[in-house]
Amino acid sequence: MWQYIFKRILLMIPTLLGAAILVFFLMRLIPGDVCEIRLAGTGLYVDQEQIDLCRQQLGLNEPMIVQLWDFISGYFTFNLGTSMWTGKPITYELGLRFQLSLQVAVMATVVSILIAIPLGTISAVRQNTWLDYFVRAFSIAGIAIPSFWLGILIILGLLITTQAWFGTPWMPPIEYVSPFKDPLGNLAQLIWPAVATGYRYSAVATRMTRSALLEVMREDYIRTARAKGLVEKLIINRHALKNSLLPVITVLGIEFAFLMGGLVVTEQVFNLNGLGKLFVESVLNKDYSLTQALVMVVVTVAVFTNFLVDIAYAWLDPRIRYA
Amino acid sequence: MVTTSEARVEARFEELSNKRPFWEVAHEFVRKQPLGSAGLAIVALMIFAAVFAPILTPYDPELNSFEHMLTPPNLEFLLGTDQFGRDLLSRIIYGARTALFVGFTAAFIGSTLGLVLGVASAFFGGKFDLIFQRIMDILMSFPLIILALAVVAIFGTGIQNVIIAITIPFIPRCARVVRSSALAIREIPYIDAARANGFSNARIIMRHMVPNVMAPYLIMITAFVGQAILLEASLSYLGLGVQEPIPAWGLMLQGGAEEYAESAPWVAIWPGVAISLAVFGFNLFGDAVRDTLDPKLRSQ
Repeated sequence: MWQYIFKRILLMIPTLLGAAILVFFLMRLIPGDVCEIRLAGTGLYVDQEQIDLCRQQLGLNEPMIVQLWDFISGYFTFNLGTSMWTGKPITYELGLRFQLSLQVAVMATVVSILIAIPLGTISAVRQNTWLDYFVRAFSIAGIAIPSFWLGILIILGLLITTQAWFGTPWMPPIEYVSPFKDPLGNLAQLIWPAVATGYRYSAVATRMTRSALLEVMREDYIRTARAKGLVEKLIINRHALKNSLLPVITVLGIEFAFLMGGLVVTEQVFNLNGLGKLFVESVLNKDYSLTQALVMVVVTVAVFTNFLVDIAYAWLDPRIRYA
Repeated sequence: MVTTSEARVEARFEELSNKRPFWEVAHEFVRKQPLGSAGLAIVALMIFAAVFAPILTPYDPELNSFEHMLTPPNLEFLLGTDQFGRDLLSRIIYGARTALFVGFTAAFIGSTLGLVLGVASAFFGGKFDLIFQRIMDILMSFPLIILALAVVAIFGTGIQNVIIAITIPFIPRCARVVRSSALAIREIPYIDAARANGFSNARIIMRHMVPNVMAPYLIMITAFVGQAILLEASLSYLGLGVQEPIPAWGLMLQGGAEEYAESAPWVAIWPGVAISLAVFGFNLFGDAVRDTLDPKLRSQ
């Protein structure tokens, strides 16, 4: 086990390093740089000297290899530097948005668990009936409906129903409030994006619950439980469901990692100031340092979650032996 | 074990492709895969709409008409018009062309590159495989939309670049799946026999290994078409994809949808219905293809 953990940690280093190199060169392939956009973006004539000066200040005239070294050594020593666009420390820029995106991601995961496990169970227990087909269609629809459109529909629905019931249209607040200060106001804002993304992410987990449960239901110990006359409800809840949740947890873990970065479109619809929106802005501004930091945050979360999921899997299921 | 499952896939292929008359196969498919058949029907409808768009559409999809701005659905404009007075029904029908073109091209190129790379990685093994898999790891650790965004930022917007942006993230995902099937095939004696005959590596890969991993390849292609349509819509919605005045569903939601959602909800509703229905159809059909081709899942 320890040997496996050690090997997995070692394998993470080239992945993280590779991601860093990839984003570094990807950003520099984009034509133009932050100085040109900031100075010439307004359409006015700018001195080449001014642009050169700006590049010198930001260290953009250094050789590529030096810039790359600065970025990678900064990443591994947790020194992310300052944003090239705003000039503020990146940890400050991220801190504001990280909390919001993390909260939406956690809430969306909760929503998807609440949808996936009951529906997946029903679908497996009533396999190949119309109920099963309906649940499967419902979950496939979750992947098919674009989350931004679901977002638009939710907002539209809220406007119309509040207009009809209270006479005045109500919109979720735009300003972010901490859940510790005003839990209701926070919930009123973030529950909608959480539902829009949670429904989408429940799809894979629902199918996973269904197929894992179907597999477990064919095990010998289920037959034994039936043979000794246990009620079907007990068999499913106590014997089958518990043993089939492992792959579901894995899927949820992996999806959680991507939720953090994948919120780009949803944040746009609900006008949330999260990591996804910051990412789009920083790419458009060609803010190398901020984009690099953001990508590394998302990739690091993804890689670590994958690692933890693998470890948890080996830990929880004694049948899995990693050599 | 591997040989028997391979043989079963082959048998299934033959069973499905030639032995019996078409209607019998079709009838069995409908009976066994009601959801898959519904999906196939949606896909067929969409292809029909795309091919016959000029005949089916009542108006020019790019024609502005300022007398008819934001007209609610009526007999003249069945689904209403947008903020430029363009007929929504015509734009949605033509939008099927954009969606299918991007969907099929991206899914086909992405899966095919993934197929060749995945098989090559399994065939050569050793250091090549290890390094190649790490590169795939890196690409996969990037969320799809983020990679697509970066590609669009580099090459600019427009339909070809959207296809590139969508294709690149598909390659590692397909390569990963194909590689694991190919690893099993590499151990089968006929590959040794091909080597003993002195065939070149390229010939063994293309003639002896690739045809035997067709099942996962086809499964990946059908799964990718829906995803590609959705990604194109997302990129266009963000203003980073297909550009005006080309009719594209995601783009139709970007312009007026949010602004006019309350006063003209039809602008926000119909393009979304089109996207959802299309992706839904491809996903249902893809699932049925997977169930039919994958012997491990078929028994369930």
